[in-house]
Amino acid sequence: MRDSFVAVLTEVAARHPELMLLTGDLGFGVLDNYAARFPRQFLNAGVAEQNMSGLAAGLALEGHCVFTYSIGNFPTLRCLEQIRNDICYHGANVKIVCIGGGMSYGPVGFSHHATEDLAILRSLPGMLVLSPCDLWEAAEATRSLVTHRGPAYLRLDKSAAPVEMRFGESFQPGSIRTVRQGSDVTLAATGGILEEALLAADALAEQGIFCRVLSVHTIKPLDTHTLVAAAKETGGIVSIEEHAVDGGLGGAIAESLMEAGVFPGFFVRMGLRNTFSSVIGSQRYLRKVYSLDAASIHRTVSAKLGVAAEVLS
Amino acid sequence: MSTAMMLDSHLLAKRIRVHALRMTSAGGGSHIAAILSCADILAVLYGGAINVDSEAPESPTRDRFILSKGHAGGGLYAALAERGFFAVEKLATHYQDGSELSGHVSHKLPGVDVSTGALGHGLSIGAGMAYAGRLREARHRVYCLLSDGECDEGSTWEAALFASHHRLTNLVAIVDYNRIQGIASVAEVLELEPFADKWISFGWAVRVVDGHNHEALQQALESVPLAEGKPTCIIAHTTKGKGVSFMENSVLWHYRIPRGAEFDAALAELEGRS
Repeated sequence: MRDSFVAVLTEVAARHPELMLLTGDLGFGVLDNYAARFPRQFLNAGVAEQNMSGLAAGLALEGHCVFTYSIGNFPTLRCLEQIRNDICYHGANVKIVCIGGGMSYGPVGFSHHATEDLAILRSLPGMLVLSPCDLWEAAEATRSLVTHRGPAYLRLDKSAAPVEMRFGESFQPGSIRTVRQGSDVTLAATGGILEEALLAADALAEQGIFCRVLSVHTIKPLDTHTLVAAAKETGGIVSIEEHAVDGGLGGAIAESLMEAGVFPGFFVRMGLRNTFSSVIGSQRYLRKVYSLDAASIHRTVSAKLGVAAEVLS
Repeated sequence: MSTAMMLDSHLLAKRIRVHALRMTSAGGGSHIAAILSCADILAVLYGGAINVDSEAPESPTRDRFILSKGHAGGGLYAALAERGFFAVEKLATHYQDGSELSGHVSHKLPGVDVSTGALGHGLSIGAGMAYAGRLREARHRVYCLLSDGECDEGSTWEAALFASHHRLTNLVAIVDYNRIQGIASVAEVLELEPFADKWISFGWAVRVVDGHNHEALQQALESVPLAEGKPTCIIAHTTKGKGVSFMENSVLWHYRIPRGAEFDAALAELEGRS
């Protein structure tokens, strides 16, 4: 996803001289081409994320469209007050880009796992929060941010789901993308972990259970309309995120459905429950450890439908 | 030098102090001593040292000013009102329900470029503005007024590193060095000395001045940039609570609200009646 992001910026930078990319001294070998081609639109701010975010606000207030770029929690939690006060309060045109969403940097350890970012960033007024599931969404989300005015957060995952494109499909920030139709149960995922939802949906389909799979690439604003339809048209909703369940995707869905007065047949939030991801390993391995892999999703859905069937009979 | 109307800086400083005293007293606001400390700096800047125009508060050619010590908002509001950015009567709403004049400075007011209040933010924003100005070869400058207390913040020094590395000669930091911070003296909390040496070692050109001497401040500002390829830091030695004898050099008046007999006595001193 990181490469998709950089490719799009490199593609559009010449047409958008106001665009600037700031990095917190990360992106070795990845940003070189961009930096060489657009030296006036690139700045390595050093390992100083608070200053990078304040700089971004200052540049944006002078008319630039600024992307700040770093790993995990560095461009977000480390400089949260700068994001809140300097960027959001001023409506500054700054796009905060986290590479390594969720447990992408699995073996590196918890410091590099971004597992509370969605909840925290979406609580900020005026913040657009994007969390793409595949390379196409990552590229299109980036493209949309170049022309979007105001603060935004883009969470990029190392993994990417193998979603089949539909002909003529266009990326709509603020909407939910239905990547598979089904009416037995809804699997609503955000980020690359949607690949686990697709695998679970495949396995469930073999048992005659058909899942509607939603890519919630925009956490804020949340597409309540599509969620309400899912609640009404399918047996229940399972939210899946490589993130704490508190206030992230699951929390956001619960809020929006409660306010809409629509209650799904059942609702399960799959994510980290009051725990740090202290185990290390590949992203795939960690999803197993924290019960977020396809098998866990499969088990969760089977158990819920089993209970529901008993109640019905 | 401003093309707009010049104001006598000594008269402006006196008016800033009196306004600030009335505003903090009526509204029940803190930080009167921090405002009195930098009233002369604000008066010299808004008396004509910086190029701002109330007729065109967002002119792209204006000098930018960031009050990084946002708790002295009352002082900046007073300077802007006296310079015609908004009606002087509006100052009476400071700290009142629904007012735009929050205790810490707000960009809802014309002439205020940036809202601050959390310390250690202003110099980074200023560096970003200065970098943007240089990219388009603009001639304006970016001025940032800091407190000594906010030099405790690591982010201030992140910005200091950046500004010198990128040779931001169009950036001017002015530190209101009154040596008293929130609840104790700088010497007791986190000593900043050797303060000028710190800025010099971070690559800045430094001028140390008496922050209540308008001619010295004016001269320092006219000398910017002080050195080729370096951002400028003006360390202004000041007295916290300057102008009111019983507030001067007292930790108490960082937060105490001037009321009753204390207000009357302070006003008499500031108006030169005592």
